[in-house]
Amino acid sequence: MDYAQFLAMKQEIALLVVFLIVFLYDLFMPERSRRALPAVSAVLMLIVTAAGFFCDYFGVSAPTEAFAGMYATSPVIATIKNILNIGMVIVLIQSAKWANSEGMVMRRGEFYELILVTLFGMYLMISARHFLVFVIGLECASLPLAAMVAFDKSRYESHEAAIKYILTAVFSSAIFLMGLSFVYGLAGSLYFDNIYMALMGHNTKMLVVALAFVIAGIGFKLSLVPFHLWTADTYQGAPTSVTAYLSVISKGATAFAFLTVLAQAFGLFYSQVWEWMLYALIILTITVGNLFAIRQRNMKRFLAFSSISQAGYIMLGIIAYNALGVAAMMFYILVYIFSNLAAFGVIGAIENATGRVSMDDYNGLYKTNPRLAFTMMLAMFSLAGIPPFAGFFSKFFIFTGALQAASPAMYVLVLIALINTIVSLYYYLLVVKAMFIKDDECVIAPFRSACSERIGMWIAVAGIIFLGLVSPIYDSLIAIAQSSELSSFFLK
Amino acid sequence: MEITALYYLVPSLIMFCCGLYGFLTRRNMIAMLISLELMLNGVDLNFVIFNRFLFPGQMEGMIFTLFGIALAAAETALAIAIIINIFRWVNNIDIRELNQMKF
Repeated sequence: MDYAQFLAMKQEIALLVVFLIVFLYDLFMPERSRRALPAVSAVLMLIVTAAGFFCDYFGVSAPTEAFAGMYATSPVIATIKNILNIGMVIVLIQSAKWANSEGMVMRRGEFYELILVTLFGMYLMISARHFLVFVIGLECASLPLAAMVAFDKSRYESHEAAIKYILTAVFSSAIFLMGLSFVYGLAGSLYFDNIYMALMGHNTKMLVVALAFVIAGIGFKLSLVPFHLWTADTYQGAPTSVTAYLSVISKGATAFAFLTVLAQAFGLFYSQVWEWMLYALIILTITVGNLFAIRQRNMKRFLAFSSISQAGYIMLGIIAYNALGVAAMMFYILVYIFSNLAAFGVIGAIENATGRVSMDDYNGLYKTNPRLAFTMMLAMFSLAGIPPFAGFFSKFFIFTGALQAASPAMYVLVLIALINTIVSLYYYLLVVKAMFIKDDECVIAPFRSACSERIGMWIAVAGIIFLGLVSPIYDSLIAIAQSSELSSFFLK
Repeated sequence: MEITALYYLVPSLIMFCCGLYGFLTRRNMIAMLISLELMLNGVDLNFVIFNRFLFPGQMEGMIFTLFGIALAAAETALAIAIIINIFRWVNNIDIRELNQMKF
């Protein structure tokens, strides 16, 4: 065996090194210096992220394959991993206060180890070119997450959320694997390339069933409607840091892996089979997510439904099926990471200080905690898509990508998405209204949030404003997407 | 009488559907877990059958099944741990009792 091919997995190896250092640090350092574990893991992750962007050695200049084509990496894959790394750094920083709190000290190390393992699983899932590697990555990303959802042992909701998450995760895996077994029966191989070649001209009923199973299985992980019923409960019950992680990074990674699977294994059947499945899913996801978000009073539940509808917008980048769509999807995930993590930073800070998560508690927040209220407002504006914040441009680009095909069906789809943007504006502004306009006595007393929480929110707010104003970032994403290996799968 | 792939595929599909039905109707969490296990085993069987009858020259499906069994075991272990935690809280493993969070 040629051991040099491990060098193709530079990013995975860097992440494993971070994991090992965190593990050994937690195991062997004295109790007092172990309090710095969150800081250590965040700094290590920051180094990996910076290396991914600025160090040529970690950059991937050309598509590379390893392990008999089971693993592949390329500039576009390296970029999406770097984007996930950014989100990971913010989550690690924001979770520091919670991880060092009273009941968590015993299990602090486990949290950071598990969270790094799930990121490793997502890396594998994105890089997989064989369904075995893909499934291992998928499980590696979703099983430790169930343990993390159950992390708050002293809160009953955490356990209820965890059992709902694990049962639906296993159920969706079973559905996905069933579809996969049909694909294997049709194609005789589990390599994406071989499936692509073998299925040429095999548009049978069995393929439609298999694809429906595969899409349903991944749809569960992405919480697309009608597979979304676990989302709200899990997001509400899980510790806030874990909810933040679930809603942005897990979702972003799965969405990109979904695109890879659909394009590289089933690209031939875009217009015949899966375009229409996705079409229905997107309309349902955006609409139902938005309508249910309106009536939520718990902030975490509210953001759960908002994240369902955001997943629908991310799917627009897949159904566009062109290089613009890929670039817009990456940009959308990047912006979504910053906006959602800013919102979760505020929610987490308030929850850690006062234990309140209801939207009614936020009434008049501006008078007691103006900075938190302002951060929350920016996050809501960005999620809703108000210019000049980043959220507007991410929505704009993803609609542009979807309209490239210029078919009437796509125009209808984008129109429905646009109408839903207006609906979403209503409920995002409800939060802003509660904080700024309602003049009830605020139940949240003025408090000073922890240093780590403030750093996390500063980074997120900087990202929201910066990404909205600096266009070269999107240009570079477009250049990467156009030269990517995915382009050869797109039509025309 | 020759035993063709169909003789194996139908039982595996029945297993999968029984698991599906059980998961949707049973209210005991352990029973739900057993149903999930049935579904996963039906899938494993499917892979082996397709490999044995359609592509006997290679081992891809068999290897996939091995990994599938390991994944199912890991999932069950984790789910049982969470169920035990819930039992400590509510002295019950009926899924209908878990209704603190709704709508």
